[in-house]
Amino acid sequence: MASMDTARQAPPRTFFLNDPVLRGVFYQIVVGLLVVLFLLWIINNTAINLQAQNKTSGFDFLWKTSGFDISFSLFHWDRTSYYWEAFLVGLTNTLLVAVIGIVLATLLGFTLGIARLSSNFIIARLATVYIELIRNIPLLLQLFFWYFAVLKAMPAVRNSLEFPFDIFINQRGMFLPRPLPDEQFVFVVVAFFLTIAVAIGLRIWARRRLDETGHRFPVLLVSLALLVAIPGLVWIVSGADVPFDPPVLQRFNFAGGVQLPPEFVALAFGLVIYTAAFIAETVRAGILAVSHGQTEAAQSLGLKESDRLRLVIVPQAMRVIVPPLTSQYLNLTKNSSLGAAIGYPELVNVFAGTSLNQTGRAIEIIAMTMAVYLTFSLLTSLIMNWYNARVALVER
Amino acid sequence: MINKLLTVAFAAGIGLSATAAIAQTTTSATLDAVKAKGYVQCGVTGGVPGFSAPDANNNWTGLEVDYCRSLAAAIFNDPAKVRYTPLTSQERFTALSAGEIDVLSRTTTWTMSRDTQLGIKFVGTMFYDGQGFMVRKEDNIASTLDLSGAALCIESGTTTELNAADYFAANKMEFNTVVLVDEEEVEKAYEDGRCDVYTTDSSALAAERSKFANPADHVILPEIISKEPLGPVVRQGDDGWFNVARWTYFALLEAEELGVTQANVDDMLASDNPAIKRLLGVEGDFGTPIGLTKDWAYQIIKHIGNYAESYERHVGPATAIGLARGLNALWRDGGIQYSPPIR
Repeated sequence: MASMDTARQAPPRTFFLNDPVLRGVFYQIVVGLLVVLFLLWIINNTAINLQAQNKTSGFDFLWKTSGFDISFSLFHWDRTSYYWEAFLVGLTNTLLVAVIGIVLATLLGFTLGIARLSSNFIIARLATVYIELIRNIPLLLQLFFWYFAVLKAMPAVRNSLEFPFDIFINQRGMFLPRPLPDEQFVFVVVAFFLTIAVAIGLRIWARRRLDETGHRFPVLLVSLALLVAIPGLVWIVSGADVPFDPPVLQRFNFAGGVQLPPEFVALAFGLVIYTAAFIAETVRAGILAVSHGQTEAAQSLGLKESDRLRLVIVPQAMRVIVPPLTSQYLNLTKNSSLGAAIGYPELVNVFAGTSLNQTGRAIEIIAMTMAVYLTFSLLTSLIMNWYNARVALVER
Repeated sequence: MINKLLTVAFAAGIGLSATAAIAQTTTSATLDAVKAKGYVQCGVTGGVPGFSAPDANNNWTGLEVDYCRSLAAAIFNDPAKVRYTPLTSQERFTALSAGEIDVLSRTTTWTMSRDTQLGIKFVGTMFYDGQGFMVRKEDNIASTLDLSGAALCIESGTTTELNAADYFAANKMEFNTVVLVDEEEVEKAYEDGRCDVYTTDSSALAAERSKFANPADHVILPEIISKEPLGPVVRQGDDGWFNVARWTYFALLEAEELGVTQANVDDMLASDNPAIKRLLGVEGDFGTPIGLTKDWAYQIIKHIGNYAESYERHVGPATAIGLARGLNALWRDGGIQYSPPIR
C-alpha cells in the first residue's frame, strides 16, 4: 500500500511547460479571460453606440406616466398609471394564462395520453389523430385560427348567446355575473379550508390504516362529500348572502360582471390544446416505460383495472413523465408570449411592445422581459425538480 | 438580443472604418454606404394603400414610396434602386437605429419625445394628418362623443394608442382597446366585429376602407382628435444624410411651387426663371455640396414628378382613397406645405 502511494507521488519531473496540470489551469484562465473580455467589449460597444445615436437610456422611465390603455388587467389600470404598473399588468396577465394553461393542459394531456393506450379502438384512434394533428401545426397558426375562427363564429353583441345565470357569449368575449359575497361569507371560506385540512388528515389516517390492517377507506369520495356538506352547512347556519352583479347590455356592450375577452379565451384555449398533445405523448411514453410484467403482477394480485393504474402503473410512470413534463410547462409559459400576436395584453404585448415603443428603451425593456421569463422558467424547474426528487426511485 | 447587439456593433465597426478611409471626399457615412451598395434601403408599412403598398404587379407604390424613389433618383438617377423593408409600428424605430434601413418612410408621426429621445431625426412632414374614427354604418353613430363604452381596434406602438386614451379620459368616456401588432390583424379584428371602432390616422382609415369588401358600410366620423404630421425619419448623428433626405423632400415641394412637372421638366431646362434654373441645376450647383450631382432635383422630377403629381397619383380625389389636399396644399393655395427657397 505505502509503496504504491510513494510510486504515485513521485512522477518523473518534467519541464513546467509540459506539466499537464499547469497547462490545464493555464488554458482555463485564458478561456475565462476571453469570455470576460468579450462581455466587456459587448457592453462597452452597446454603451458607445447608444451614445452615438443620442438615445436616452436608463430605468427612470418606469416612474413615468404611461398614457395608454390596457384592456384586460387584474387590478386597476388607467392612462395615468406608471410604466412599472404596465410591467406588473403584463406580468400578472402572463402568469394568469400560464397557470390556467398548465392546469388544464395537464388534465387534458393525461386524459389523452391514457386514451391513446386505451383498448377501445375508436378512443385510441381519436386520441392519435388529435395528437398528430395538433403537434404538427405551428402554435402561432393555431392561435390565429382560434382567435379569428372563434370571433367569426360568435354572434354580435345584440344577438349574444344567452345562458342560464346571466352568462352571455358574443364577439366581445364571455360575460359572467360577478359574485359579491357579504361579510358573513368569510365563515364559509374558513370552513372550506378547514375541511381541506380534515381531508388531508383523513388521507394520512387512511394510509396508516392501510399499512397496518390492509383495509382500504374511500378517501376521495368521503372528502368530496365533506367538502360539499360542511361549508354548505356553515353557509346555511351563518346566513351568508352572495348577491350577483350581472352583466347588463349597454349601448355597445355588456357592462358589469366578469368579462373574459376573446383574446384571453383564444390564447388559453390554443395553449392548452397544443401543449396537451405533447403532454399526452409524454404520458404515453411514461406508461409504456413501465414493463408489462408490472401489469401482469398487479393482475395476478387481483387488483381492479383502476387500482392497477392508480397504485402500480402511474406512480412508476411518473418517474419517467416528470422531467419532460417540466419542459412542457416551461414551453407553455414561454409560448404565452405569442399572445401578443392576437392582442392579449401579456408581458410581451404590453411591456416589450407598447411600452418599448412609447419609450424607446429597447435594451432595458427587453432585458427586463427576458429576466422575467428566465425567473418563471427557473422557478417552474425548481418546483418540478423538487417533485421529481419526491417521486424518483428510492434506491437502497 | 446578443445577436442584434453583435450586428449593431459589427455594423458600427465597419461604418467607422469605412468613414475613416474616405472621410476627405464626402460628408455622410450613410450616403457613402448607400452609394457603395447601390440602393436605398427604405422602411415602409406592411401595406397601407396610397402610402406604401404593393400594387397588382407586386411593385411598391404610394406617396411614401415615391419619397424613397425620389431619394434613389437624386442619388443614382434611377428610382428603381430602392429596396423595401415592410415594418410593423413596433419594429420601425429599432430597425432604423440598428441600421437595417437607411430611411424610414412609414406613416410615422413627428412627436417631441420621438425626435429627442429615440436617436432619430424627422426630415419634414410629407403628410399632415390627424387621428380619426371609423365605425359601421349600421351602428348609427354620429359623433365620437357617442362612443362611450365602445371597443377600439388599435395598432400597437403608435401615437394612436396614446391619443385615444387621452381623448376618452378627457371626455370622461369608458372604452375598451384591442391592441394588435400587425395592421392587417387590426383591420381583420374590426371587420370581424371584435371592435365597434377602428381608429388610426384618418388618411389610413380612408385607405383601409378602400380595401374592405363593402366600403360603403363604414363611415369615418367627422372629428379629428389629434395632429399627426407624418414624415420620413433618419438616424440622428449623420447630418449629411439628413440634408440629402430633407432637401429631397423640399425639392418635391419647390418643383410644384415653380410649376415644374414630370412632363415639362425638359422644357423647363430652358426657362428664364432663376429659381427654376437653380432647382434644375442649370444655374449654380446645389447638389455637389450635399454629395449629389448638380442635376439631382432634375432627376427627381424627371422620374417621380413634383409633390402634387405624386399626391394626385396615390391619395388624391381621383384615387380610391380620395383625399382632398386640405392642409397638404402648398402655402399659397391655403395649405401649409412650404419649402424654403433653394438658393
